Amino acid sequence: MANVTLRNVRKTYPGGFEAIKGVNVDVGDGQFCVLVGPSGCGKSTLLRMVAGLETVTGGDIDIGGRVVNQIEPADRDIAMVFQNYALYPHMSVYNNMAYGLRNRGMPEAEIKTRVEEAARILELAPMLERKPRQLSGGQRQRVAMGRAIVRQPKVFLFDEPLSNLDAKLRIAMRVEIRKLQRRLNTTSIYVTHDQLEAMTLADILVVMNGGQVEQVGNPLDIYEKPATTFVASFIGAPPMNLMSTRPDEIKAQLGANGSGASAGILGIRPEDFVITDQTPSGGVALPLTVEAIERVGAETFVYGARGHDEERIAATPGELPPGEIIVRIPGAEAPPIGQKIRVAAIRQKLHLFSADGRTRIEA
Amino acid sequence: MQKQSIFQSKLLPYALVAPQLAIVLIFFYWPALQAVIQSFLLQDAFGLSTSFVWFENYVELFKEPAYFEAIVRTFAFSFAIALSSLSLALLLAVMADKPLRGGTVYRTLLIWPYAVAPPVVGVLWIFMLHPSLGVLSRYLRGMGIDWNPLLDGNQAALLIILSAAWKQISYNFLFFLAGLQSIPKSVLEAAAIDGARPMRRFWTVTFPLLSPTIFFLLVVNIVYAFFDTFGIIDTMTRGGPGKSTETLVYKVYTDGLLGGNLGSSAAQSVILMIMVIVLTGIQFRFVERKVTY
Repeated sequence: MANVTLRNVRKTYPGGFEAIKGVNVDVGDGQFCVLVGPSGCGKSTLLRMVAGLETVTGGDIDIGGRVVNQIEPADRDIAMVFQNYALYPHMSVYNNMAYGLRNRGMPEAEIKTRVEEAARILELAPMLERKPRQLSGGQRQRVAMGRAIVRQPKVFLFDEPLSNLDAKLRIAMRVEIRKLQRRLNTTSIYVTHDQLEAMTLADILVVMNGGQVEQVGNPLDIYEKPATTFVASFIGAPPMNLMSTRPDEIKAQLGANGSGASAGILGIRPEDFVITDQTPSGGVALPLTVEAIERVGAETFVYGARGHDEERIAATPGELPPGEIIVRIPGAEAPPIGQKIRVAAIRQKLHLFSADGRTRIEA
Repeated sequence: MQKQSIFQSKLLPYALVAPQLAIVLIFFYWPALQAVIQSFLLQDAFGLSTSFVWFENYVELFKEPAYFEAIVRTFAFSFAIALSSLSLALLLAVMADKPLRGGTVYRTLLIWPYAVAPPVVGVLWIFMLHPSLGVLSRYLRGMGIDWNPLLDGNQAALLIILSAAWKQISYNFLFFLAGLQSIPKSVLEAAAIDGARPMRRFWTVTFPLLSPTIFFLLVVNIVYAFFDTFGIIDTMTRGGPGKSTETLVYKVYTDGLLGGNLGSSAAQSVILMIMVIVLTGIQFRFVERKVTY
């Protein structure tokens, strides 16, 4: 068990490409940290640097109070689960799990105990003699997990371990991983591009973009108070509606605090809208023409367009400039396509960002 | 799922395979059949009369101690050539597989020897190791080695093995490199995290995963050593000194074309043909089974 601390970690490739531009993250003992971001944001590179599979250009990686920058992967006391599982195809399930223990010279009797214990936890006991090619995707995934847990390492690293599974299995395994991590209480770092996985698994969520950390924190805090427009649109599905606003509108809606900003971006989550004729005091109301409807059963997404010509100038305070808006309403009842509706959101549900989207303005 | 083409005409599919069949029939089955027929015939020294003798040519062949020596010699050569060219090629491929500056140049250079024809290989090595002309021979003698492959049978054998193996390294290198590159990088990374040092990683992960390639190449190399070394032997030693570098293929040539014993030569060809069929059969059987993990 150990803390993992990243201090101003940087990675520059020989070609001059800066993959990681100074990352600071502190993962406490036994915590589950999720790195999330779009592809190419550097999250996998960062994980591989913690594993020792990529060199560190600058900064320190500290595992359990020891800077490991120059230490071989084998000596970092970590275990990693790869996206493609990376099982040894020529070894049986048993040998796949035993390999890391044998390399460390553990007596065969203890190896047997540990592998059998892991197989019991992961329900792999009947297939210990099989080769990876004889297993299904979910079973291979569990072998990869087993290979990690038999080692009883200080830290688990997961590199998009569920992305090769089908949707149903992915949800099941997600819960399994969380339960297993709670039970073993091992510090974990998990990389994913799936914001739902990130939200459900994380104790600490690290949202990354372009080699930088956009926001670190508790998943719900990040959801409720995204620090940048990137985080606002990345966390939450469907994404937050973002609209540019003029200074007078900011002032009208958010009072004095908005006065400093020359212009800004207003964000409203799809679920924070209600279809109503009223304009809530201090909130906003938008007239929309319904363009598309997506029914998923328990809820419905309404895609609306704001009329360009008629709405060019906000008629009353609280009317916003043109754009497409997603509204999420419960149930399957929805207005027909082409109908003009009016949606409103209350003051407490508005998010305001600076014009470049890099800072959140608190009302 | 198998793709199946539907032809309107019944003749068209036959017409399409006809050229391929014609080539195989004219250049393989017909000469092979000729050899089989020839192996049952006995001609007098002047070629005036020919008689059908059933298996007499074969019986005579197996009574001849020189034939057994040639068999043993051929197998010894083949294993020596296969082993040395395979292991050297694997070593080179493992090194070339690492990310290198100018790696492509290095790889291209390593592939070049394969483009050299076997007789040219022979000439090349003769230039280096000929007892009186050879560039390297001077140094060898300088080191106190009595180097004379024209007189010493063992040295001649070594020379043949060396040059035949050298030529085959390129081919093996190419396959090993492809084999190495097809091993997922993450599997080796997993092994590194699992605490396996580079040498152990090679022997417990890389080598077993390469085993289908190794087996395939082993058969290819043995077949190469059996047949394609003819050009090298012919330019370098002509089977000599004595018979110390006379392999089965070279014996077919000396007995038939130089010795005029066409019946025995044909019988030897047929035996060689059977050996290749067996080797190829083994290869198909095992490669089919082992190649997929």
